[in-house]
Amino acid sequence: MNETPKLNSFRAGPDEDGRFGIYGGRFVAETLMPLILDLEAEFNKAKTDPEFQAELAHLGTHYIGRPSPLYFAERLTAELGGAKIYFKRDELNHTGSHKINNCIGQILLAKRMGKKRIIAETGAGQHGVASATVAARFGFPCVVYMGATDVERQAPNVFRMKLLGAEVKPVTAGHGTLKDAMNEALRDWVTNVDDTYYIIGTAAGPHPYPEIVREFQSVIGKEAKEQMMAAEGRLPDMLVAAVGGGSNAIGLFHPFLDDESVKIVGVEAGGKGLDGEEHCASLTAGSPGVLHGNRTYLLQDSDGQIKEGHSISAGLDYPGIGPEHSWLKDTGRVEYVPIMDNEALDAFQMLTRTEGIIPALEPSHALAEVIKRAPKMDKDQIILMNLCGRGDKDIFTVGKILGMGL
Amino acid sequence: MTARMDKRFADLKAEGRPALVTYFMGGDPDFETSMKIMQALPKAGADVIELGMPFSDPMADGPAIQLAGQRALKAGQNLAKTIDMARRFRETDQDTPIVLMGYYNPIYIYGVERFIEDALKAGIDGLIVVDLPAEMDDELCIPAVARGLNFIRLTTPTTDNKRLPRVLQNSSGFVYYVSMNGITGSALPDPSLIAGAVARIKGHTELPICVGFGVKTAEHARLIGASADGVVVGTAIVNQIALSLTKDGQATQDTVPSVETLVRGLSTGVRAARLAAAE
Repeated sequence: MNETPKLNSFRAGPDEDGRFGIYGGRFVAETLMPLILDLEAEFNKAKTDPEFQAELAHLGTHYIGRPSPLYFAERLTAELGGAKIYFKRDELNHTGSHKINNCIGQILLAKRMGKKRIIAETGAGQHGVASATVAARFGFPCVVYMGATDVERQAPNVFRMKLLGAEVKPVTAGHGTLKDAMNEALRDWVTNVDDTYYIIGTAAGPHPYPEIVREFQSVIGKEAKEQMMAAEGRLPDMLVAAVGGGSNAIGLFHPFLDDESVKIVGVEAGGKGLDGEEHCASLTAGSPGVLHGNRTYLLQDSDGQIKEGHSISAGLDYPGIGPEHSWLKDTGRVEYVPIMDNEALDAFQMLTRTEGIIPALEPSHALAEVIKRAPKMDKDQIILMNLCGRGDKDIFTVGKILGMGL
Repeated sequence: MTARMDKRFADLKAEGRPALVTYFMGGDPDFETSMKIMQALPKAGADVIELGMPFSDPMADGPAIQLAGQRALKAGQNLAKTIDMARRFRETDQDTPIVLMGYYNPIYIYGVERFIEDALKAGIDGLIVVDLPAEMDDELCIPAVARGLNFIRLTTPTTDNKRLPRVLQNSSGFVYYVSMNGITGSALPDPSLIAGAVARIKGHTELPICVGFGVKTAEHARLIGASADGVVVGTAIVNQIALSLTKDGQATQDTVPSVETLVRGLSTGVRAARLAAAE
């Protein structure tokens, strides 16, 4: 992909082997191969099955609460004094983030495949909560793997999962974050391959997962496009979204990839800065490698050992990234930039005070980038940001850092 | 290079017994101790050596092998050193086949061409790369086989008859049948199921079938060896190494001898296997 010929479309991937350029693929143990081939076949059938699509749409409207609003952030726009800022408000979804969009789709696939048990990995706990929610709704037992560090810093979500009937298994390997949770979920899956469906929460993992997650999250971008046309009569000038694994970002970006006038920016977790080890900016500071079933940009050492990332946001604390983002970076279609912990914290507080919206720490990273860019843009320009999660889960983390007792 | 592997299995067939295939993690608990373990294995009765390449995120391995990998990495092991272990082993042993086993990323970062070259130079005979299924053969399998390395494939109970030909297509050396779904180090499955599975795979290939996952004792080795061409022991050896270490993970004077004792016991199991089957 180094010499990129002029592409007819940025929306054609993945190819039949699950590749986006050199990225993606199916790097899994043989035990899982037959299963992911089955999943691919079932997904391809479901995509064109009107009954499946009707059930998905019905649940989207009546269970998730879609479409999520497109909101003009008037006070924030005035405060920054530049481009008009719109939020796609997926934080208003049932369960409080975009994660439910994917979980509803995948649980319908699990049901079609006759699976009896659900497993999931989670970082911030948003995907764990969404998985536990759909498991409860459809009557599946559910096990959620969560790094021990994350269990501690996302206590409210751990409690929610337990209330919903899921078993939360803390993972102590490594730093006890999302990477370790994903390793453990994969081990469970290899062991219980016959009856278990693994709901991967981010647009990564072996093919067909990145495509499945994108398909179910693209509802964000599709709605936003229509809503923006209704509100402004034109497309936005810029999209901004946070990327950890990259599911909310690909959901917003994908329907716009072929709209040349729309500049697209993905925001990575810069942690405490890119000079040291304490960040999760795999696209900005990593290199291509193979982990968790796909080739993609990774934080790794010269021997190919994966490094532990760091972010204030558990949802961005992952040393990899969805393979499609790696490809979009190399082709230059999307620009990826890091935002530091402290910038995200400032953005978190600014939105809370100017708009009365408490954002999750993940979209607070996207917001920090918006805060940098909007003042440099004209007043008739438009930025659309994905406000992909609400911040209730983060108030304890933020309170601790700000020295406010709770 | 493939000759060494083929000769070993042909000789064992003539001898009328299955192979004892022993896995350990390169560099666990430290380079020198691990080197001594490797050199001790054939003397204790190992017929084929699987040399583990540590990886930070071994997604198909249980806690024992995960910890062994962490000990090795902490002691400074890397892929170049693991290849060097094979080179040093070859200075005194020209006959025991060595198979490198691990995950793809360290190889990818080392560089596929350079890796194949260095592996051949060091006297390595085969590769098992857990996260490279047949669908990914272009990555490493095809170039490695073209240069004369064996590419040994894992097959599992989920690998049905429809899929087996695809899985076996570019494989050589032997077939590694993972006798249950799951991670390494889980419980031993029913021997009669294993015999059935070995017979099923033999319907698709002339290659020797080695069975692993869950073998801990000489008795296990004897039971599995009754139907398989080889018995793979991994977690039991890695556990033995772990047991012999100090609290902070350093080798003791028991480390190498205790592994030798374990392997010698397992080796009596495989040597009794066909006798038992004939009774």
